Amino acid sequence: MDAGMEVRGQGGRQVVFATRGLTKVYLTGDVEIHALRGVDMELYAGELTVMLGASGSGKSTLLNILGGLDSATDGQVLYGEQDLVRAGDRVLTAFRRDHVGFVFQFYNLISSLTARENVAIVTEISRNPMTPEDALALVGLEKRMDHFPSQLSGGEQQRVAIARAIAKQPAVLLCDEPTGALDSKTGVQVLEAIEHVNRELDTTTAVITHNVVIAEMADRVIRLSDGLVSDVHVNERRRPPSELSW
Amino acid sequence: MRTIHRKLLRDLTELRGQVAAIAVVIAAGVMMLIIAVTTLDAISLTKERFYRDSAFADVFVDLKRAPEGLIQRLVEIPGVNQVETRVKAPVRMEVPEYENPVRGEIISIPDGRQPTLNRLYLREGFLPEAGRWDQVAISEPFSQAHGLRAGDTLTVIIRGRLETLTVTGVVLSPEYVYQLGPADLLPDYERFGVLWMNRRALANAFGMDGAFNNVVLTLRAGVREEPVIDALDQLLGPYGGIGAHGRDDQPSHFFLSMELDQLRVMAVILPTIFLAVSAFLLNVLMGRIIRIQRQQVAVLKAFGYGNRDMAIHYGLLTGLIVLVGSALGTGLGAWAADALAAVYMEYFRFPEMSFRLQPRVILLAVGVAGAAAAVGTARAVYGAVRLPPAEAMRPPAPEHFRQGWLERSRLGALLDQPTRIIVRNLSRHRYKAGLSVLGIGLSAALLLLGSYQFGAVTQMIDVQYRLVQKMDINLHFTDPTPERALAELRVMPGVQYVEGFRNVPVRLASGRHDYRTTILGMDARPGLYGLIDADYRSVRLPPDGLVLTDYLAGHLGVRPGDRVQVEIMEGHRRTVGVEVAATVSEPIGVSAYMERRALNRLMREGPAITGTWLLTDAGQHPDLFDRLWEVPRVASIGLILDAESAIRTYIEDTVLIFMAVLLVLAGSIAFAVVYNNARIAFAERARELATLRVLGFTRAEIAWILIGELVLLTLLAIPVGWLVGTGFALLLNEAMSMDMFRLPFLITPRTYAFAAAGVLLATALSVVLIGHRLRRLDMVSALKTVE
Ligand SMILES: Nc1ncnc2c1ncn2[C@@H]1O[C@H](COP(=O)(O)OP(=O)(O)OP(=O)(O)O)[C@@H](O)[C@H]1O
Ligand SMILES: [Mg+2]
Repeated sequence: MDAGMEVRGQGGRQVVFATRGLTKVYLTGDVEIHALRGVDMELYAGELTVMLGASGSGKSTLLNILGGLDSATDGQVLYGEQDLVRAGDRVLTAFRRDHVGFVFQFYNLISSLTARENVAIVTEISRNPMTPEDALALVGLEKRMDHFPSQLSGGEQQRVAIARAIAKQPAVLLCDEPTGALDSKTGVQVLEAIEHVNRELDTTTAVITHNVVIAEMADRVIRLSDGLVSDVHVNERRRPPSELSW
Repeated sequence: MRTIHRKLLRDLTELRGQVAAIAVVIAAGVMMLIIAVTTLDAISLTKERFYRDSAFADVFVDLKRAPEGLIQRLVEIPGVNQVETRVKAPVRMEVPEYENPVRGEIISIPDGRQPTLNRLYLREGFLPEAGRWDQVAISEPFSQAHGLRAGDTLTVIIRGRLETLTVTGVVLSPEYVYQLGPADLLPDYERFGVLWMNRRALANAFGMDGAFNNVVLTLRAGVREEPVIDALDQLLGPYGGIGAHGRDDQPSHFFLSMELDQLRVMAVILPTIFLAVSAFLLNVLMGRIIRIQRQQVAVLKAFGYGNRDMAIHYGLLTGLIVLVGSALGTGLGAWAADALAAVYMEYFRFPEMSFRLQPRVILLAVGVAGAAAAVGTARAVYGAVRLPPAEAMRPPAPEHFRQGWLERSRLGALLDQPTRIIVRNLSRHRYKAGLSVLGIGLSAALLLLGSYQFGAVTQMIDVQYRLVQKMDINLHFTDPTPERALAELRVMPGVQYVEGFRNVPVRLASGRHDYRTTILGMDARPGLYGLIDADYRSVRLPPDGLVLTDYLAGHLGVRPGDRVQVEIMEGHRRTVGVEVAATVSEPIGVSAYMERRALNRLMREGPAITGTWLLTDAGQHPDLFDRLWEVPRVASIGLILDAESAIRTYIEDTVLIFMAVLLVLAGSIAFAVVYNNARIAFAERARELATLRVLGFTRAEIAWILIGELVLLTLLAIPVGWLVGTGFALLLNEAMSMDMFRLPFLITPRTYAFAAAGVLLATALSVVLIGHRLRRLDMVSALKTVE
């Protein structure tokens, strides 16, 4: 599926993702939890977007649905012209394999594989990957490539997860709290890696964070609260990650 | 190597304990099938080959004496292919360095050459040479029992005349694959031997010059034996023919077929039960192993691995396990089947054993195991890929627990927190707990199936020798003898009590069913022979009418009050109708009984007997035997004690070895299942247990959460195992009820206790192994890694 990049938003920028009335209701027992209540938003080609929001506001839920990892209850998710909400498993699998790199909030490395292998397992099925070694070097882990996840710190595991996501040089990179477990210095290193991919490869990138400082590196900041987009803010200029600290 | 395959190997190594346990379950199922089918196949194949190579006859008949010229008439019977007339003589022998008397049978062979039918297989030496009067070939088991080789001599008494004969060779005959003396149930290679001698020499010694007293013949292809048998009986009746019979009534063939029937039943029932149980367990176990990997499946899917990739990945995992298990099962199965077939060859004497592994059987076994594993895998993989990755990746949400009745009850207040966790875990996962209970229960059931026969067999033999055959010695006469012979015996050394019986060979028929057996005529309530009913109460013989073993009555389809046709196969052959007066349930044999005088009347004779039972003083046996052998009418002397130990050995060697193998397999399965269950429980709870440790619970407390659950599951499984196992045993028992042996259906409390102890032991072992893991439970890493 090659997203026909014909869809243009205001200002003529090419829309990669667009959601319309996106809702997600979790059913736990008898209780309905409305995680998304009709989200309308766009992600533009080559743009770096940061999503901010309080805990429980629905950030992860939204990102998961964009990445084809979760199903929506109602509404539309257009990737190019393709509606992901109505796509079948085969289409979603191809979408994830060929278009998306994902960084999970809880890393989700495979415990029986080393750092290098955790990356390789993804690059092996990609069309145009970088080598696992290059990807790990980008996140500063060239020395820990043969360690198993249980031998890595939380931050190192997170960096492996990022290397895994960017190694396939995806069209879309979705990161759920990529710096959540990192100190300011390594956090910056990781953000630089993300920005590098975004800039060099023109990868459409969305980063979830709690951290308002990080929002300054974005082209655009989308605020979520209580399952709705509450605010969209366009930065005058992107500050390079190296200027950030927290 | 692709990384996903590397992951496969790592997973296999990591899960090696569980993988090994699953492989054992597969191996046990495969092994059972291979042992049963291969042993059966080896014996059938060997039998077929020997029968064919030696031109084993189809029809057999004994008679008093007929002139050799009659052979022309025999050949002309329609349907007959080849005919061989023979002289057959019962003899007594003296074997160097052997105290006891030995009985034997000498069969003639054409002078200096192989017979046309029932050709001999020469194991050693050569056949008697043409024109020699003093040479014999002897049967292999007899030669082995006494260490007799070609060149040795032995003394034979034919018709009262002593002859010293030289052994020229050691042979095997299709007629004596199962070498049984007349009136014996089991082979006694020391006290009974078969010899082959030149026709002219034997005929001369036995007073059969120019005559024969035994005929064997083969049928043309496609000819039924009944008309030929009828024609033979017509023709040979005037010459004292006592009824021709087919292979079915040829003693060696009869026992061989019975054993094969029994094996055939086992080859169906046992592997079916085993494979079914392994298939079920495999299904459950594979499912669980994969369910643990649910999150990994989700991650791989999130990065674009499709459902097909996942199916292939886990299909390979399963395939490797099935392969290892099948290879193990096939190897061990072939080895055990070979050993078991060798045990049978001790009783059934063939020139050589044909042993082969049938690819068909291996394929079947592997197919069943593979299919079961595949179903379990597929269900689990489907369960994992069906969810959107985001959902599957999330650590399972804190589950929806409720307080059960137990906790609300007063008893519940007494439970400590860890115990409460156990109760909640089990009641929350009722389906899973149920599967575990069923799995452990099934392995207990297999243990029960494997052990119940030990008790049942002992019981059967005890009944036979404590309640039925109460005599010390069993004498058979060559011909019907007047009752006064009893008085003669009463005064012999060491004889304390004597009782006579009349034994008549008959063919019983009713409708389309018939059966060759003997009618045993004895006193209404004999002192030395117990007639018992199903509850082991002794039964009194009615003054008239026939009493049948219930098995025989069932076979003939008759009930007390019905009439059966009794064809008397002795002297002047007649058929008379006799009423069935009652049935008795005996565990061994297929006999019919009558009050002795009533039988004498039926035979139109005076109060004759054909044998006696004696109570004796064992200390005087040598003297007694010397005297008995001087009585010309004595055809055989049976020592009941010997017979009992022989039958115990036989059963131990065959049935019980089989059962022992089964027991070992059941034990392995039990351990594999329990251990696996424990490992899975550990894997599923590791995080939770580590968290509890962090919160300050002691090692003992968290160990109890795991161990208590395992023990509870095992305790719940035991009654399930008893119930299912009893069902399995009943099934096997029904199927194994054969002509000769009918195992009483009896499961002793010890058997039940044994089955329970088996799974408890497996649980204890698993707990020890898991305890090791619990001690190493690393709080930090258990919390850090997301599987
Ligand atoms: N599987 C689920 N079942 C039920 N409710 C869920 C599930 N996943 C998320 N929720 C609920 O949906 C809402 C949104 O969750 P989400 O994970 O998207 O929040 P978030 O914005 O990512 O929060 P955080 O910053 O803490 O990660 C929350 O109220 C959460 O409790
Ligand atoms: Mg989140």
